[in-house]
Amino acid sequence: MQNKPYNRRSMLIGMTATAGMISSATPLFALTEAGATALVNSLVGEINGVIGSGKSESAMIRDFEKIFVRYADVSIMARYALGNDGRTASKAQLRKFTKAFQGYISRKYGKRFREFIGGNVKVRSTRKIKSGYEIKTDVKLRGQSPFEVTFLVSDRSGKDLFFNMFIEGINLLLAERTEIGSMLDRSGGNIDQVTAELAKAG
Amino acid sequence: MAVVVAAMAGCTVPDRGAVALNEPFDPFEEENRSRHEFNKGLDSGLVRPLGKGYGWTLPDPVETGISNFASNLNKPGVAVNSILQADLKGLGQTVLRFAVNTTLGIGGIFNPADALGIPDHDTDFGETLHVWGAPEGAYLELPLLGPSTERDAVGTVVDVFTNPLLYAFKGSDRGILALMVILSGLGDRSQFSETVDSILYESADSYAQSRLIYLQNRRFKLGQGQAAQTGTDPYDDVYTDPYEDPYAE
Repeated sequence: MQNKPYNRRSMLIGMTATAGMISSATPLFALTEAGATALVNSLVGEINGVIGSGKSESAMIRDFEKIFVRYADVSIMARYALGNDGRTASKAQLRKFTKAFQGYISRKYGKRFREFIGGNVKVRSTRKIKSGYEIKTDVKLRGQSPFEVTFLVSDRSGKDLFFNMFIEGINLLLAERTEIGSMLDRSGGNIDQVTAELAKAG
Repeated sequence: MAVVVAAMAGCTVPDRGAVALNEPFDPFEEENRSRHEFNKGLDSGLVRPLGKGYGWTLPDPVETGISNFASNLNKPGVAVNSILQADLKGLGQTVLRFAVNTTLGIGGIFNPADALGIPDHDTDFGETLHVWGAPEGAYLELPLLGPSTERDAVGTVVDVFTNPLLYAFKGSDRGILALMVILSGLGDRSQFSETVDSILYESADSYAQSRLIYLQNRRFKLGQGQAAQTGTDPYDDVYTDPYEDPYAE
């Protein structure tokens, strides 16, 4: 991992950021379009690496979880998915929920990644959005017409991380907020119960 | 056309500002939910097993042939809608594709247009209504057909009756065409089996998930997705309240 260009880059940015912190109160560092694109390319590369590894499904899902934690702003995603009920949660409850959410997402989407074998992801366009950058990609799977997957990348956490994805316009984070909202409704707003359910779901 | 205009005038329109960007407009939720349960029962009892059987029995090339054939049948309707939308590029691509696949592709069973790089343009009367400025209307779950909106439901009915092929064939020929369309639908159910199953049978509220997925994907296809794509900023959601900063551990 140490010799991935992206990591070297972010280390450099990190050092520059430290220098900036010492010298003045100007913005520490900015996520660049190139940096956001590099993040997406590197993420896709790592996922392809796991898909091509020939490991068992459960081993792959463990790898996907590690990748998810490294490349995504998991805490903000979990927080958004939890919605308004998150406001009354304690820090310990949030931590447990986030951990369960991270495993759930890795299982739910990791199970489907084998459909991506032999697939090809190409960055089509990038543009600035409020919290960072939007990276549009064309995904071509064998025997299917290409479809659009969009990644949203931000440095609001202090690191360049992706925080949402759209598959043919379907907002992944909103779909999970809907899902977890339904679970919360069913349990009468009991976060602990939803956390326990989530730890088994996906 | 007059009937369509009248039907569109009956479209339910949400109060201005009453509907947030990502909130579905669903005043008929109760009826929709009961139709959803009906559709789900139909899927688990009939369509899903048939789709599985279809996927297992037929060799892949036969399935692809049927799917190509059904997709080609739809092209005259796509051409009509391209004209109605004054989309000359889409019209040209569709006519060319239909001509190539019907002739070289032996009645549409093969798809040489793909190999020749002719784009696959797709549209429907629901999109035509959108281009003409009709509002989306309320969300609807239709019996048998599944997720739709008031605008798309009108579109679906019009598409069935304006497809020129409906009038080009009679009697048993028409029956065979209908059968091919149904088989192609079973093929789709089998090809996307994992996606459909995860929405219908593995989610906490399959109605809410199908509604969200349909509306977002449909708006994306109609080019209305831009605003919605960045409309939900999770950072906004949290950072507006300083006490809600997840990084303040």
